Amino acid sequence: MFEAFDATVLARIQFAFTVSFHIIFPAFSIGLASYLAVLEALWLWKRDEVYLELFNFWKTIFAVAFGMGVVSGIVMSYQFGTNWSVFSDKAGPIIGPLMGYEVLTAFFLEAGFLGIMLFGLNRVGPRLHFFATAMVALGTLISATWILSANSWMQTPAGFAMNEAGQFIPVDWWAIIFTPSFPYRLVHMVLAAYLTTAFVVGACGAWHLLRNTAPRRARKMFSMAMWMAAIVAPIQIFAGDLHGLNTLEHQPAKIMAMEGHFESHENGAPLIVFGIPNSAEKRIDYALEVPKLGSLILKHDLDAPVAGLDSFPEELHPPVGIIFWSFRVMVGMGLTMLGIGLWSLWCRYRGTLATNAWLHRMAVAMGPAGFVAVLAGWITTEVGRQPYTVYGHLLTADSVSPIEAPAVGASLVAFIIVYFLVFGAGTFYILRLMARLPRDTMPELDEGPLRTAGVTPGPAASKPHGGPHGH
Amino acid sequence: MAIDLPFIWAALIAFAVLAYVVLDGFDLGVGILFPFFPEKHDRDVMMNSVAPVWDGNETWLVLGGGGLMAVFPLAYATVLPALYAPIIAMLLGLIFRGVAFEYRWRTRRGEFLWNWAFAGGSTLAAFSQGLALGALVQGIPVEDRAYAGGWWDWLTPFSIVTGAAIVVGYALLGATWLIMKTRGDLAERARALALKCAFATVAAMGIVSLWTPFLEPVYLQRWFGWPTAIFSVIVPLLVLGCLYLLLKGIQLRHDRQPFIAALGLFLLGYIGIGISFYPYMVPPSLTIWDAAAPNDSLAFLLVGALVLVPIILAYTAYSYWVFRGKVDPEEGYH
Repeated sequence: MFEAFDATVLARIQFAFTVSFHIIFPAFSIGLASYLAVLEALWLWKRDEVYLELFNFWKTIFAVAFGMGVVSGIVMSYQFGTNWSVFSDKAGPIIGPLMGYEVLTAFFLEAGFLGIMLFGLNRVGPRLHFFATAMVALGTLISATWILSANSWMQTPAGFAMNEAGQFIPVDWWAIIFTPSFPYRLVHMVLAAYLTTAFVVGACGAWHLLRNTAPRRARKMFSMAMWMAAIVAPIQIFAGDLHGLNTLEHQPAKIMAMEGHFESHENGAPLIVFGIPNSAEKRIDYALEVPKLGSLILKHDLDAPVAGLDSFPEELHPPVGIIFWSFRVMVGMGLTMLGIGLWSLWCRYRGTLATNAWLHRMAVAMGPAGFVAVLAGWITTEVGRQPYTVYGHLLTADSVSPIEAPAVGASLVAFIIVYFLVFGAGTFYILRLMARLPRDTMPELDEGPLRTAGVTPGPAASKPHGGPHGH
Repeated sequence: MAIDLPFIWAALIAFAVLAYVVLDGFDLGVGILFPFFPEKHDRDVMMNSVAPVWDGNETWLVLGGGGLMAVFPLAYATVLPALYAPIIAMLLGLIFRGVAFEYRWRTRRGEFLWNWAFAGGSTLAAFSQGLALGALVQGIPVEDRAYAGGWWDWLTPFSIVTGAAIVVGYALLGATWLIMKTRGDLAERARALALKCAFATVAAMGIVSLWTPFLEPVYLQRWFGWPTAIFSVIVPLLVLGCLYLLLKGIQLRHDRQPFIAALGLFLLGYIGIGISFYPYMVPPSLTIWDAAAPNDSLAFLLVGALVLVPIILAYTAYSYWVFRGKVDPEEGYH
């Protein structure tokens, strides 16, 4: 028995490790693909070379990130079978077709047009090339839609029955695809991807503004990124609140763990801002609470009763310690991003967006913020689903393959070594690419404090690429 | 008469796997052949010949995996645990060769590392796929909807031979691809390699074919019992025909014929495996119908597949057409 438990824990660690690495790349490439499509559209529309230069700069970075996303994604599509074979057999008839549609509608689309997007500008001309870029961007969004539909079904399953072999069988596909949590989760994740990309692009622009390497392009990308931050961050906080209320309705135990509510509150629950969850004693130590605010947020009523984890049997509690913290990390990141967005609006109003060095330094520091928030958010929702794989219907412990612990452990070690080597190298190459923004090819048109002494094109800029002559 | 959805899906999955084998086969083959071309310039051209299409090719593997989970979940849930180690090795190999496509251009000092990652990853992925094939042909015991064999069952002399056969076969596809896509000295050396790989591939096919019937009584009956024994005459004759066209194509310096003939060899080998397997999905334990998902799942995905697969084939063909002809060594965005 101990051995079976051990293999389950190892399989969970392996899944958590590989999926955490994997989500980093789509979170970036979903947003970046859309950004590339916008840049190319602006180039075609305004014929300003700055957009094409930015497009080519980010395209190379996209290629590296996308490649990492592809190879780490293939691991995911086989890991269901290698480590979670019982889950695959039972939930395959429902989850499988959703992932099948993801492959058919999204992965082929991305892959089919990626080659043209990366290598084909001179072969197909700018218009068809833009079409290819748009198809890659569309593919990333379709992919997010299907995989979040599959994930949402595991969180809030609907539209199914069970057969005599113990399999989940489809009854109503509409209900399976559009489960109650799906619209909220999809919006929350796509916005998260856009914010993640905005902060990476913003950090890169801010870095080059601070170093004054290529002011024209740096200013352009910083300005675009800060518009995204200012517009999307508040929408994201609003969407996140709706997602939370939806979770309260369908997975109340998850919310209780996020909020740290071990006990039920009959007459208005406090908001526990910080504290140290003590699962053994079922309380939050050193809690910093605001009375009644919890009820106000969750029920929009100061005195509404709020049930706590004591209303669930203990074996069905999710691990409070992890998600209490991961939730706070996510929210903290979101609020900080909102702060940057508002600050940038103020600077823009004052005309100091391109010159405020403290804003730039802060934006550089916030470059990884989106990744941290995305990981923290996914940890919250996935750990919060425990102890189930299919919420309320299939326990994680009953989902795992009959593989012995040494085999799972050995493959886990192999994945850890390879991922850190390979994706560590990839991250290094991406950072180096970001640091090497070629100097602006054309002089600044407007006079200003940013005007650089040397406006001669650098050697790296002498690599002309594409252009309208491709017809 | 009701439509036999499991049978249709078995045919579609078989098509996806065949598409994967021949398409990723030639890009993995290019990687396997990397050590035979030590010049940086040659390697740049080789890599650029597959760079625009490799991702699409590998997507067929995701369709094979995701599709199998959707329509034959029991096969997915028993075969993958049975082939645990080779599958993990294949995934790791694919990681190394996949990232090498971009990483190799990002560094001068570290380029040799990503050359090794490309060649080693391609070879490891190919060998693991061959091991998995051999283990599947040997048979996978299933009890109570779970794999019921040992954890090292996949490692046998037979599976090592099939592993080597796939490596050599992919190298043949890669060499004939290079004949088609490159010029000059590089194409010349690809011809010499293709010649060796062609003989090795056909020899490996012969060994595996003679060995297979003695692994399972079902296979023996299939290949030596009437009326299916007729295939035992036809398939080898067609193989020899393909070999002839392949050698002739190399000798007469045709660009495309060697590649097409090599595809023919793979198709025949694949048909041979299909003849052995039918009606099993996981021999000797699960038939196509045992492993199939409920009809509602099959029908739901089939509607999409019938519409989308032709569209996918169309834009995939367009992408190949955009990058048609010989690789221009000066092109590529790197």
